[in-house]
Amino acid sequence: MSVHARERRSTPARIVRPIALHTIVIVIGVFIMVPIVYGILGGFKDNPQLANNPIGLPAPWVPENYTNVLASSDFWRQVFNSSLIALSTALVTVAVSALAAFVFARFAFRGRELLFTIFAAGLMFPFAVAILPLFIILRFFGLLNNPLGVILPQAAFGLALTIIILRSFFRSIPHEVEEAAILDGCSPFGFFWRILLPMARPALATVSVLAVVNSWNNFFLPLVVFNDKVWWTLPVGVQQFSGQYSADTAKILAYVVLAMIPALAFYAVAERQLIGGLTAGATKG
Amino acid sequence: MKTTKGPESAVTASPVPRRLVPPPQPRPSKNRGKARKRITIILFLLPGVILFSLLVLAPILLAMYSSVFKWNGFGLLPTNFVGLDNFTRLLDNEIFLGDLRRGALLIVLSLVVQLPLALAIALLLNQKMRLRALYRLLFFAPYVLSEVIAAVLFSMLLSPERGLANEVLGFLGLGSSSFLSEPETVMFSLFIVITWKYFGFYVILYLAGRQSIPKELTEAAQIDGCGPWHVFRYVTLPLLGPTIRITIFLSVIGTIQLFDLVYVLTGGGPVHASETLGVTMYDIGFNRFQVGYASAISVVMFLLSLVFAIGYQRFVLKRDLDGATTTMGGGRR
Repeated sequence: MSVHARERRSTPARIVRPIALHTIVIVIGVFIMVPIVYGILGGFKDNPQLANNPIGLPAPWVPENYTNVLASSDFWRQVFNSSLIALSTALVTVAVSALAAFVFARFAFRGRELLFTIFAAGLMFPFAVAILPLFIILRFFGLLNNPLGVILPQAAFGLALTIIILRSFFRSIPHEVEEAAILDGCSPFGFFWRILLPMARPALATVSVLAVVNSWNNFFLPLVVFNDKVWWTLPVGVQQFSGQYSADTAKILAYVVLAMIPALAFYAVAERQLIGGLTAGATKG
Repeated sequence: MKTTKGPESAVTASPVPRRLVPPPQPRPSKNRGKARKRITIILFLLPGVILFSLLVLAPILLAMYSSVFKWNGFGLLPTNFVGLDNFTRLLDNEIFLGDLRRGALLIVLSLVVQLPLALAIALLLNQKMRLRALYRLLFFAPYVLSEVIAAVLFSMLLSPERGLANEVLGFLGLGSSSFLSEPETVMFSLFIVITWKYFGFYVILYLAGRQSIPKELTEAAQIDGCGPWHVFRYVTLPLLGPTIRITIFLSVIGTIQLFDLVYVLTGGGPVHASETLGVTMYDIGFNRFQVGYASAISVVMFLLSLVFAIGYQRFVLKRDLDGATTTMGGGRR
């Protein structure tokens, strides 16, 4: 009986369901797209246009907002700062974590699990909790207004996730590989450097991408560490710019749009690593 | 040299059973080998331990320490001990108590609206449909943007005079709203921005979880006469349990430490109506230089996260380690 009922139902369902499906997905897609498209188009309008015609296409198209931002040295300086800090953070995080993860994965010693658990517990220490004392410690070391004052703490807070992901990857490399290497006269470091790291390239790519994205989007730490605008990163720059020109909406929109291009471009290139890393991070964290 | 043996996948941070290889072959210089092994371990761990202790552990200890002092933040350590005064002051601080209420509201909204919505979308996207990859790419895009960018975009979009949102409301004949400048509406506006920014992340996690459920299980249920709802209720949903519990966990922890978005979008206003613990802490610590008092808020944030994390891991996540089929994604990277 029920089988027949299902069959009868399934004919209209076969038409209705895909339509309903697409409608829901499209509605949400629009919800996601609207702010971005609004920003892009808004950047091509001037302020009177934005007030009178917030929805439609710009008429006429005003490229000055964008060209002004692109011509400003502040913007490029922030792109440079963000890139420098993101790449350095990734490098430090991954280098330090790989060494530690190697030991955690392939050596047995007393206290290993305890130490690993302490590192892993770092996942639960939110940045916001540490920001004030971190500021005091960085000031003590003279690292305020210094890119290292952002790079090193970001690396330290990135260790937990990176070590967890790398350790589980290092563990999955068969023991026979290591035995063969050692029979051939490899030192532990030689094995780590010449065999393990090259084999772990996909995992290294994943954790590097995560570190870059986290650093790129960090706002709280650069906000408190950099008083001097020479070192402002893009998020701080965007926030300050929007405060400074709060009356000039079009200008802000152009700045925001240009500021999100690097992140979106990076996402387009590294989508697989990013998503793989996030799902791994979430399931292992 | 003793080593642990793979393949082995850590599902959580909890201790993983050790599988030690039989003792190594006897070597002529056993003691030297042992010493070398110890040196390798120490040298390899040293950078991580230093970085972690100085910049993760020390700040948290310093926050705890300075929370029992009255301190304007000068020097490295405070001296004016006041006991638990900062904490008792917090209990009288309406803004702080409001932070807790608003945090609770955001958590409830996330659990009741955002996560179920993300789950529904993930299940939809799991079916074969055209442009699926494009939708997935699109939904996740806001996650890679910084919270500052999301906040600035939405502050323009929701601005009362020039914003797009009011135009649309007017067009639909729904009147207008001052989204961000009224205490009554600001939290819901904030929640919309949070959803815009983060729900794609949850969609991705649910999709990964859904795709790790073997097809045979849902097919078997269908053959046994289950309708779509029953397949979802009795097969998909229970097997997604671990993923769901992790997203709840991430959502709660994320809400406790929410700062960037609120700071840029509303600055906590109007009249503290959207303030969060992070914003209050920032204001007291960095603007008013009451570092001891602000540290007390940090400690509260820390304890909330810790108690929640430990409790959750002990009572909820623990179940996930019991059965092999429910440990999602164990075999993947």
